[in-house]
Amino acid sequence: MSAETPPTLELVRPVPQRRSLSSRPTTSDRVFVSGSRLAAIATLLIMGLIGYFLTVGAWPALEQQGWQFFTEKQWLPETGQYGIAGLLEGTVLVGVIALIVAVPVSFGAALFISEYAPPALKRPLVTLVDLMAAVPAVIYAIWALIFLQAQLLSVAQWLSVHLGGALPFLTVKTPDSPSSYTSSAFIAGVAVGFVIMPTITSIMREVFSQAPVGEREGAIALGATKWGMIRAVVLPFGRAGIIGGIMLGLGRALGETIVVYALISPIFDWTTHPLESGTNTIAAHIASRYSESNGNAFAGLLAAGMVLFAFTLVINTAAGIVVSRSRSGAATEI
Amino acid sequence: MTTTTVAPAEAPTPAAPPATRPVPERIRIGGLGPDLVLHVGVALSGAISLAWLLYERMLPTSGTIGFWIFAYALFLILLVAASSTTLDRLGVIDRLVGALVATAGLVMVSALVGIVVFTFVHGKDALAHTNFFKDTMAYSGPDAALDQGGIYAAMVGTLEQVAISVVVSVPLGLATAVYLSEVRGRLARVVRVVVQAMTAVPTIVAGLFIYSLVILQLGHGRSGLAAALALSVSMVPVVITTAEVVLRLVPNGLREASLALGTTQWQTVWRVVLPTARPGLVTAVLLGVARIIGETSPVLLVAGSTNELNYDPRHGPQLSLPLFVFNGLRTPIDVAITRAFGAGVVLLALVVLFFALARIIGGRTPGRLSRRQQRRLARRLGAPT
Repeated sequence: MSAETPPTLELVRPVPQRRSLSSRPTTSDRVFVSGSRLAAIATLLIMGLIGYFLTVGAWPALEQQGWQFFTEKQWLPETGQYGIAGLLEGTVLVGVIALIVAVPVSFGAALFISEYAPPALKRPLVTLVDLMAAVPAVIYAIWALIFLQAQLLSVAQWLSVHLGGALPFLTVKTPDSPSSYTSSAFIAGVAVGFVIMPTITSIMREVFSQAPVGEREGAIALGATKWGMIRAVVLPFGRAGIIGGIMLGLGRALGETIVVYALISPIFDWTTHPLESGTNTIAAHIASRYSESNGNAFAGLLAAGMVLFAFTLVINTAAGIVVSRSRSGAATEI
Repeated sequence: MTTTTVAPAEAPTPAAPPATRPVPERIRIGGLGPDLVLHVGVALSGAISLAWLLYERMLPTSGTIGFWIFAYALFLILLVAASSTTLDRLGVIDRLVGALVATAGLVMVSALVGIVVFTFVHGKDALAHTNFFKDTMAYSGPDAALDQGGIYAAMVGTLEQVAISVVVSVPLGLATAVYLSEVRGRLARVVRVVVQAMTAVPTIVAGLFIYSLVILQLGHGRSGLAAALALSVSMVPVVITTAEVVLRLVPNGLREASLALGTTQWQTVWRVVLPTARPGLVTAVLLGVARIIGETSPVLLVAGSTNELNYDPRHGPQLSLPLFVFNGLRTPIDVAITRAFGAGVVLLALVVLFFALARIIGGRTPGRLSRRQQRRLARRLGAPT
C-alpha cells in the first residue's frame, strides 16, 4: 500500500523562493525623497544662516565690550560705552506688565469659551479670538497711540497719586502734569498685553476643552457646581497648558517691536518707575537705531538681537516642552 | 430567567400611586434660569444707579473709567447679596466666578470689536475718496487734503511682497512638511527641532538678518525683494508647522491601502496624501499669508522709505501698507493719521479676507469632500447623479 504513493508530486512542487521584504526604491521615489530632503536641508540652511550672520556680525561688539555688554546701561557706541543692561530690564518689565494685563483676561476668556458660553456661541468666539491674533500689530499700535494712551493717562495718574504713598515705585516726578505719564512702560505694557491676549487665550482654551468628558460628568454627578467641576477637573488637567500659554505669551511680548516703538520715548537707564514717561526694549531699540548705525554700533544691535532671540528661544522651547508633557495638551499645537 | 418574567408582571399591578406621586421636575444644569436673570438684572441696575449716586454725586470723584470700575465692583457685591437669598455658599461662589469669567470674555470681544470699529470710524473719511485707492503720496505732502494722494503705491508694494514671499516660502514649507511627516528619519527630528527654534525668531531679528545679509553683505540696497525675503523667514515656519499637523491628520489607513495596491511612496504622497489634505494645506498657506501681510518691523528695516510708486520689487525702496500705517502714526498731523487709519482698514479687510478663506476652505476634516467634489467624483465614476 505504502509503496504506491506517487513520488512525482514531491518533484513537481516548486521549491519556494525566499522573498525579500525590502524593496529597492524606484527612481520616482528616490527623486521624491531626495527632493523633499533638499527642502528640509534648505530650511536648516536658512536657520543656520540666521545663526551665523547674527554671531559673526555681533562678534566685534561682544569682543570689544566683553561682559560689560551685559552690565552697561548706556548706548554710546561712539565712545565705546554701550551695553544692553537697560534694554534688557525694560524688555522684561514691559513683558511682565503685559502678562499682568493679559493673563487674567485670557484665563477668564478661555474658561468662558470652553465652559460657560452657550454651544451656539462657541465657534464664533473661537473664530473671533483667532481673528484677533491675526490683526496686524501696527493696527494695535495706532489704536493704542490714539485711543488707549488717552484712556490710560487718568488711570496712571490715579494709581500714582493714590497708591504712590504705599508703593513708592508708582510715583512720578511731577504727578500733576499728565504729560509725565505718557510714553511709559505701563502704557506700552498694557498695549502689548492686548496683542498677546489672543495667543494666550487660544492655547488655554484648547487645553481646557480637552479635559476628559467622563471626569467632568463625574464631578457634576457628584453634585459639584460648575466652578467646583472646573476646579476639580478642568484646571488640574489644564495646568500645563496654562503655564505653557503664559510662557508663549511672554515670548511673543518680548519680541514685540512696533507697538512698543510707536508708544515709548526711549531712555537708557533702568526703568524703576513704570508709570513715568520713558523706557526701552531691545526690539524697539533695534528698530529705532538700525539706520544710523554702522561698524561697532551695528554689531552691538546684532548682539542685542541675538540676546533677544536667545531669550525667546529658551522661553518658547520650555513652553513647548511643558505643553507637550501635559496629559491634557497632547494634541495642542503652538 | 424568572426575574425577567416577574418584572413585566409587576408593572400593571400598581394603579393608584402614579396619581399622587409628584412629577419630578427636570433639573437644569445650564442655561439661563429665571432666578439667574432676575439676580443679574437686579445687581446690574442697582450697581449702575448706586454708582451714579455715590460716585458722581456724593463722593468727590468723577470720570468715565473710574465710574465703570466702581460700578463693576458694586455689581459684584450686589450679585453676591442677591444670589445668597436663594443659594448656599458654594452656589454664590459659583455665580460670582461665572460673572467674572463672563466679564473676561466680554472684555476680550469688546477689545477686538473696539479696535476694528475705532479703526474704521477714524479711517472712513479717507476711504470715502476714490483717489485714496488710485493715487500715491508722491506729489502730495503729509498735510495734503484727503482728496489728494492715496495708498496705491502701498497696495502695489504689499501685493508684490506678499506674492514673492508666498512663491518663496510655500514650496519650501510644504516640501519640508512632507519630508517631516512622510519620509521621517533621523534628519527629520533635527529639522523639527530647528523649525521649532525658527518659530521663536522675533520678526525684528528676521529683518536684521536680511539687512545684514542682503544689504550689508551683498550690497543690494533696500528693495521690496529684501522685504519679501524677510517676510518669508517669518512665514516658512508657520507654513511648516501648520502643514505638518494637517498631514499628520491624514488617516494612516489611506496610506497603507495605497501602498498595499502596489504604489510607490511618491504615488501615495502625490495621489493620496496631498489630495486628502488639500483643504488643510490651503489653510496653512492662507494663515501664513494672514500672518505676514501686516508684519511691519522686518519691512521697516529692509524695504526703505519712499512715497513714490515702485512697480519693481528688485530695485529701489518700496512702500507697503503696514509701513504706510506706521509712517502715518509717526506724523503728528491729523490728516496723516486719518490716512493711516484708512490704510489700516484696508489692511484689516485683507487679513479678514484671507482668514475667512482659510476658514471656509479648511473647515472640513481631511478626506471629507465638498458637495461639488462629490458630484465631480460621482460623474467620473459613472454613477447616475
